[in-house]
Amino acid sequence: MMILSGDAPRGRALRIALIAVTLSLAFAPFLFPGAKPLNVAEKICVYALLAASYDVLLGYAGIVSFAHVMAFGTGAYGVALALYGLGPGWGAVALGVVAGLAVSLALALAIGLFSLRVQSIFFAMVTLAVAYAFNVLASQLSQITGGEDGRSFQVPFVLRPGFKLIGGEIFGVAITGRVLSYYLVFAVCVALFLILLRIVNSPFGRVLQAIRENPFRAEALGYRIVFHRTLATCIAAAGATAAGAINALWLHYTGPDTALSFSIQIDVLVVVVIGGMGSLYGAVAGAALFVVAQNYLQAAMGALSKGAAEAGLPLLPGLLHPDRWLLWLGLMFILAVYFAPTGIVGKLRAGNGEGG
Amino acid sequence: MSASDFGAALPRPRMDLAPALTPLVVAALAFPFIGSVSTFVTLTAAGLAMGMMIFIMASGLTLTFGMMDVLNFGHGAFISLGAYIATLVLLPLTAWAQSDSLALNLGVLLLALAAAVAVCGAFGFVFERLIIAPVYGQHLKQILVTIGGAIVVEQLLYALFGPDQIPLAAPAAFRGSYLIGDATIEKYRVFAAIVGLAVFAAQMLVLNRTKIGLLIRAGVENREMVEALGYRIDRLFVGVFMAGSALAGLGGVLWALYRGQVHASMGGELLVLVFIVIIIGGLGSVGGCFTGAILVALIANYAGFLAPKLALVSNILLMVAVLLWRPRGLYPVSGR
Repeated sequence: MMILSGDAPRGRALRIALIAVTLSLAFAPFLFPGAKPLNVAEKICVYALLAASYDVLLGYAGIVSFAHVMAFGTGAYGVALALYGLGPGWGAVALGVVAGLAVSLALALAIGLFSLRVQSIFFAMVTLAVAYAFNVLASQLSQITGGEDGRSFQVPFVLRPGFKLIGGEIFGVAITGRVLSYYLVFAVCVALFLILLRIVNSPFGRVLQAIRENPFRAEALGYRIVFHRTLATCIAAAGATAAGAINALWLHYTGPDTALSFSIQIDVLVVVVIGGMGSLYGAVAGAALFVVAQNYLQAAMGALSKGAAEAGLPLLPGLLHPDRWLLWLGLMFILAVYFAPTGIVGKLRAGNGEGG
Repeated sequence: MSASDFGAALPRPRMDLAPALTPLVVAALAFPFIGSVSTFVTLTAAGLAMGMMIFIMASGLTLTFGMMDVLNFGHGAFISLGAYIATLVLLPLTAWAQSDSLALNLGVLLLALAAAVAVCGAFGFVFERLIIAPVYGQHLKQILVTIGGAIVVEQLLYALFGPDQIPLAAPAAFRGSYLIGDATIEKYRVFAAIVGLAVFAAQMLVLNRTKIGLLIRAGVENREMVEALGYRIDRLFVGVFMAGSALAGLGGVLWALYRGQVHASMGGELLVLVFIVIIIGGLGSVGGCFTGAILVALIANYAGFLAPKLALVSNILLMVAVLLWRPRGLYPVSGR
C-alpha cells in the first residue's frame, strides 16, 4: 500500500480490471507479439500518463486547460531536436528532456500566474489561444522544427530494432531494442504515475480538492489559491512533457500531428472524463478503453458502414464511417458528464460493474 | 413619473474613451513601419472589415457569458453550421449569384444569410435546452459539455456534408475591388463591414433603448436582482443564446464567403480569435467586444504584412498587453 500512497483502488471490479490492464501492459511483448499490439500497448501507457497528469488539473484542481498538449509537444520536440541536432546518444536525450521540461514549466508558470488570478474560466480561454498559437508557430518555424514534416531522428543504439540484448529468445520473443524501448516507456509511465499518485494524496493534493470544492473557504483558511493552482499546472505540465519525450523516443519522429495536434487534447479530455475525473486510476482505465477502441472499434465501424451502404440505408453509412468515430465518442462524453461524472471508475466502484 | 424622468434624474456615467481610441493608436504606430500610404489604407480597410466579421461572431458569446456565466465552447460549431447552411442556398442558386443583376446577387446573398440566421437560431434553442440547461451554474461541467457538443456537431457536419472543403464564391456583384488612388478595397469587405456595423447599431439600439435590452443589461450586471424583481431571466437567456447562435451563423457565412471556402474546422480556428476578442473587450461587454474585434483584426493584418510568421502570436501578445493594462479587459463589466 506504501507504493500506492494509501490510495488503493477501492471496489473489487475496479481492482480486477486495473490489475488485468497492468499485467497485460507489463507482459505485452510476450502476450501479444507483433508490431501493432505493441504500438497499442505503448500508446495506452503514454495516454495513461498524459491523462493522469491532466487529471491533476481537471479532476483534482477543477481547472480546464487546453495547453496540456502544448506541454506534451514541448517534451516531444525537446527530445527530437536534441537527437536531431546532436546525434543519437543518451546525453542528447537527457539534454532534450531537461530543455523541454524547462520550456514547458516556464510556459505553465507564465500562463498560470497570468490568467489564474482573475477567473478560472479565463484560464481555459487563454490556454486555448496560447496552445493554438504554439501549434501554428511550431509548423511555421520550419528551419528549427521541420515544419509540417516534423523531424525524424536516430535513437540511441540500444533502443533500435536492430539491437539484440541476448542471442536467443525468451518465451519465443527476441529481446530487441523495440522491446527494450517498450519497457523504457512502461517503466517511466509507471514511475511517474506513482509519483503523481503520491502528489495528489499529499496535503497539497487535499488543498487542491478543497479549492475545487470551495475556493472562498480555502482562501479563508489561509491557502493561497493562485499558488496552489499554478503549482498544479506546473506539475501537470511536467507529467505531460515526460509523456511527450518518451513517446518521441518510441516513434523516432516528432511532428505537429503526433505531438501538438488539437485532437490529442480532445483525446485526453475524453479519456479523463470517460475514465473518471478526480481519480488517477480513471486515467488508466480510460486510456486502455480509448486506445483499444480507437484501434479495433474503427474496423468494426467500417464493416457496419459498408453493410449499411450495401443495404441502401440513408445517412447511416456516413454516420458509421470509421473517420466519424469521434461523433460516437463525443456523445459518450456528453452522457458521461451528465450521468456518470465519476466515469468508469465510479461505476466500477459502485459495484454494478457497468462502464459508463 | 415616466421612465424618461428616471433617466434624467440619474447622473450619466462618464464615457471611458481611452480603450476606444486604442485602434487609432495601433494604426498610428503601424503606419511608419508600413511606409506606403496605399498599402496602409488597403491593410486598414481589410482589417476593419475582418474586425466587423469577428465582432458579429463574438458579440453573442460575450452577452451569453455576461448573463448566465455560460461560456459556450460550442460557439465555433455554430459558425461552421451557418457556413454550411449558406452552401445549401448559394450552390443550388448559382444562376442567381452569377447573373449580372445586382438585385438577384443581393437577393441570393441575403437569402443565404437569412437561412443561416434562422437555422442557427433554431439550433441554438435546441442546443441550449438539451446541452446547457441541465448544467447551469456548474462551470466545469458547462465547459466539458459544450466541448462535447462542439465535437458532435462538427462530426455531424462532416457526416452530412462530407469531409472535404466546399468552395463558395461570393455573388458576382461582390467580387473585385474598388480602387481609390493606389489603394484597393475589396467590394465584398465593404459589404461585410456594412453588415457588421448594422449588427452593432441594432445591438446598441436594442440594449440601450428597449425594455428587453434593459433587462439584458441588468442581467449581466446582477442576475439575482433581476430575478428577485420577478423576471424570468432563464427565458430571456434562451432568447439571448438563440440570438448569439444566429449571429455566429451570420458571421460564419460572411467569413466563408470572404475565404471562398467552407470547412467544418473553420469554427474551431475562429473560436480562438473570438475568445481573444472577448477577453480583450471584457467579458460581457458589447462595446468592448467591438473595440477588441477591430484591434485584433487590425493587428492581425498589420502583422500579417510586416511579419507573416508572427501574425497569430501577435494576437496573444496583444491580449497580454491589454490584460496588463486592464486586467479585466478594455471595458470591464461590474460585478465580475
